[in-house]
Amino acid sequence: MTIMETRTKQGDASDGALGGRFSRLDGKLKITGGATYALEHPVEGLAYAVLVQSTIAAGRVVKVDTTKAEAAPGTLLVVTPETDLELKVASDWYGNRPDDQPYHPLPREVAFNGQAIAAVIAETLEQATEAARLVEVTYEETTAVASMDSPNAGEGKLVDQFNIAWGDAEEALAASPLRIEAEYSTPREYHVPIEPHGLTARWDGDRLTIWEPSQWTHGMARSYAELFGLPDENVRLLSPFIGGGFGSKAAVYAYGAVAAAVARRLGRPVKLAVTRPQNFTSYGGRAATRQTLELGANSDGILQAIVHRGASETSTYADFPEQTSAATPLMYAVPNFSSEHRLVPANTVMPGALRAPGKNPSAFGLECAMDELAYAAGVDPVEIRLRNYAEHDPQSGKPWSTRQMREALAAGSEAFGWAKRSFEPRSMRDGRQLIGWGVGCGTFPVLRAASEAMIRLLSDGTVEVVSGAIDMGQGTYTILAQTAAEALGVPVGQIDVRLGDSSLPGATVAGGSMLAGAITGAVHKAATAAREELIGLALNDANSPFRDTGANTLTVTDGRIAVPRGDGPSLTVAELMSATGRDLIETRRNTLPEADQGPEGHKRAWTTMTAIQGPTAGDYSMYSWCAHFVEVRVDEDFGTIRVSRIVSAFDCGRIYNPKLAESQWRGGIIMGIGQALLEEGLVDGRNGRVINNNLGDYLVATNADVPHIEVISVGIPDLNASVLGGKGVGEVGIVGVAPAIANAVFHATGKRVRDLPITLDKLI
Amino acid sequence: MRDFSYSRATSADQARQAAIQSGAMLLAGGTTLLDLAKCGVFEPEAVIDITHLPGFSDIEMDAAGARIGALAKMGEVADHPAIRANFPAVSESLLLAASAQLRNMATVGGNLLQRTRCPYFRDPATFPACNKRSPGSGCSAIGGVTRNHAVLGTSEACIASYPGDLAVALVAFDASVDLGGRTVLADEFFLTPGDRPDRDTVIEPGEMIAGIVIPASPAAKNSTYLKVRDRQSYEFAAASAAVGLELEEDGRTVRDIRVALGGVATKPWRARAVEQALVGKALDAASVEKASRLAMEGAVSHGANRYKIELAPRVVARAILQMGGLA
Repeated sequence: MTIMETRTKQGDASDGALGGRFSRLDGKLKITGGATYALEHPVEGLAYAVLVQSTIAAGRVVKVDTTKAEAAPGTLLVVTPETDLELKVASDWYGNRPDDQPYHPLPREVAFNGQAIAAVIAETLEQATEAARLVEVTYEETTAVASMDSPNAGEGKLVDQFNIAWGDAEEALAASPLRIEAEYSTPREYHVPIEPHGLTARWDGDRLTIWEPSQWTHGMARSYAELFGLPDENVRLLSPFIGGGFGSKAAVYAYGAVAAAVARRLGRPVKLAVTRPQNFTSYGGRAATRQTLELGANSDGILQAIVHRGASETSTYADFPEQTSAATPLMYAVPNFSSEHRLVPANTVMPGALRAPGKNPSAFGLECAMDELAYAAGVDPVEIRLRNYAEHDPQSGKPWSTRQMREALAAGSEAFGWAKRSFEPRSMRDGRQLIGWGVGCGTFPVLRAASEAMIRLLSDGTVEVVSGAIDMGQGTYTILAQTAAEALGVPVGQIDVRLGDSSLPGATVAGGSMLAGAITGAVHKAATAAREELIGLALNDANSPFRDTGANTLTVTDGRIAVPRGDGPSLTVAELMSATGRDLIETRRNTLPEADQGPEGHKRAWTTMTAIQGPTAGDYSMYSWCAHFVEVRVDEDFGTIRVSRIVSAFDCGRIYNPKLAESQWRGGIIMGIGQALLEEGLVDGRNGRVINNNLGDYLVATNADVPHIEVISVGIPDLNASVLGGKGVGEVGIVGVAPAIANAVFHATGKRVRDLPITLDKLI
Repeated sequence: MRDFSYSRATSADQARQAAIQSGAMLLAGGTTLLDLAKCGVFEPEAVIDITHLPGFSDIEMDAAGARIGALAKMGEVADHPAIRANFPAVSESLLLAASAQLRNMATVGGNLLQRTRCPYFRDPATFPACNKRSPGSGCSAIGGVTRNHAVLGTSEACIASYPGDLAVALVAFDASVDLGGRTVLADEFFLTPGDRPDRDTVIEPGEMIAGIVIPASPAAKNSTYLKVRDRQSYEFAAASAAVGLELEEDGRTVRDIRVALGGVATKPWRARAVEQALVGKALDAASVEKASRLAMEGAVSHGANRYKIELAPRVVARAILQMGGLA
């Protein structure tokens, strides 16, 4: 059988084979409360840790008076910057690690408001919470940079690797008859997973077990091992279910180090739940950005030059670049290009990866600017995108592996009814409601990584799919069952999938939209090997009824093994196992190249990001693509914006399960609605405090804010991108939504709002 | 959260007696008490649970008006047929408040006593200065992030806005708060901060809200609550208006009009100047828009909340025009 061979489909949602609209296997557990999340895992003898966070943005902890906290009922331990937790700095995502450097998760130097500086451990959560309040901290405050917009923030430092240039952009810009220049900005945005962060840590001798929601069990287990100087195999991290990650749950943070260290010190398991307000500063959200785009075009709107200067906020102690030029050089054919990106340090927690890092704010700038160019040129916004269509990757010069961007624009336009749009702003209304239609495109790179999986055929015919990969709601459990069903020829109902455990076969991070492509490849390989072994057993075993049929191969369909001509015996997997006396067929396969098959290669692949291949690593340039069409209704008196309709078309290659892919796209689009209209970390300029650090004041889209969203797949299998032909699905959905909404708001009102979110006060 | 004692009140009198004790707080729906205890703003020593007191959850309607027991849930009141029929603005104000989960827990008595959503009030660990929490300590909001702060009724001591919706409708229709021993007009029940921002209402130790009395009127029967905000659900008002309108037989002359504002003031804000400018006059868009601007008499902004001065009159005007069939 070939990889792309498709089996007979039932043609309905019960069809478990790859490509079928199969419902989430974990869905029932989750809606009935049967899924045990990390902090719900019952552990005997727990003590409870509560963090104390700084209330200044910059300075030094001079003194921590723990007298009252220690005297409070139930207190077991108070740790402060004075306490040596005996930790070592762990590797970063790329495996870089300083030699033998001590790590202080509760540092004396305060770099941002809300930094963990102490923790109290007590018999109960309530006691620890109260004692944490009694910890008295004396600071020596220094001048803070509250945010990248503060007067004292400066212009930041250039990031050399993000200098991108070809042609002579400045000269071509100056010579262009049509020019637009505009500055766009995005605020601090947060992941706000409904499951907040936290963990339970338990020591058994020198073995550490961690229950913590994780997008990367192997990577995080390694980090914990390194913190404590343990062999990797001494740490087991369990994360079978995750209540949303969006990029925030792929690393060990200070609170995790504290919890595991105090559990060791106390000789007791410790649970540490990061409170909702603490979630806003215990790890970084999406950095604030600003960017200036200058586009030069001829009078037909054909791009001649792009000059782009961007910046993102970073912390004072480590850098995370939110690259504003991540999409700019890719989307359109442009002969002259120049882009730079700066990092502006401020007293904030180091920003992190949030759904489509870089691509998201980058597309906000570029896709708004293209709309502005369309209006300067008097050209329809879809038409201007087609006129500037990039036939190959302008940055790398490589051909696209697949790029169904024209198809996305065409299918989206058609379904939306774009042809009926009037060009002029403020030309459509319904009473006091101004109606606007906008378009915005997006992209996300195909990142490729290896993974490993195990298939176990049990004597009762059950098939186990086993991997340390995770499912944070995107559907890993389900598509792996479908992948194994397809490769083995057994029904999905016969398959159990076991995930989320670092002691299981290695997997890459569930990030960068690459896990599905990586892990389906490994499962397919292992399942194909198991099928071959099963057929070999049937053909060769002395007790097999197939032994004397003279067949040289057999079929496995719907869980039955048979002779291809159909006139021989037909046995279920269980029957064959029973007849031959086998109780297990187990295959373990990975998709690493031969050179990386040793232990070092495995460690690099499962616990670092160094083995991940970028979108242009081979002969092709590989990306997912999308086009969003949005209708907004803006109340002309109040400035309130309601998104009333969205149609989005996606090229994500082959879709393994349309129902789940559509769900992920819709999730990304909904997050994009929040980003466009609601989400903003409000920073007090006087002390750098994020003051809306809760779900009542940091606004994400509610059901009432979400209209009907129609999603369309225009992808074709891309076998350069992954073994089974899929490209990344999870992140591209959010990219381009905010500019599509901003462009629709312009069309409705005639007003360009270039700083997100577009709140009503900006329109009245 | 520090330890506190918990007891269940057996009678209203017993609850009032217990509540006089220093550090005692009444527990009804708990949506404010628990929230602010977690923030470290409320530190009760004794919690007296009044949820089981009989007779305090009734909703009664007669020709004179409605009487709503203090312990009636927000959701129950919103959905009550008599309330919907006779006081649409009251029902709508409740439906547009909070979330379904909160409305199913929170009581109307507790809702009246909801504290401000000022983020500086809610974060004592980071912002020790707050005159509403500790009189004389200062105001952290002034000079801070003020997008949702009040523009009306403020003082140098406090610019926190009153967050509720129900009380805006109550103030518009001359409802009263029954405190057991006395009954106070809703408009007088709430206080502007002045130099005592710690006092949100006239309620005294030992007093407990027993119920709300809303007189029936043609204006209340022809009323609406218009709430404007960025998010469609579960957000406090950027500006809101409760409006009731009664027209003369000619169908255009204003016989009675009630206007109150939310989201813009330190208390639920009755806009009598708007009412006076329109009563006895023929209703038309131009006069309504002109009159609505009177709602902002005396408004003072603090930076980012400036937009409310522009927005609020538009909300008032739209609500009046809607009730007059002109929008």
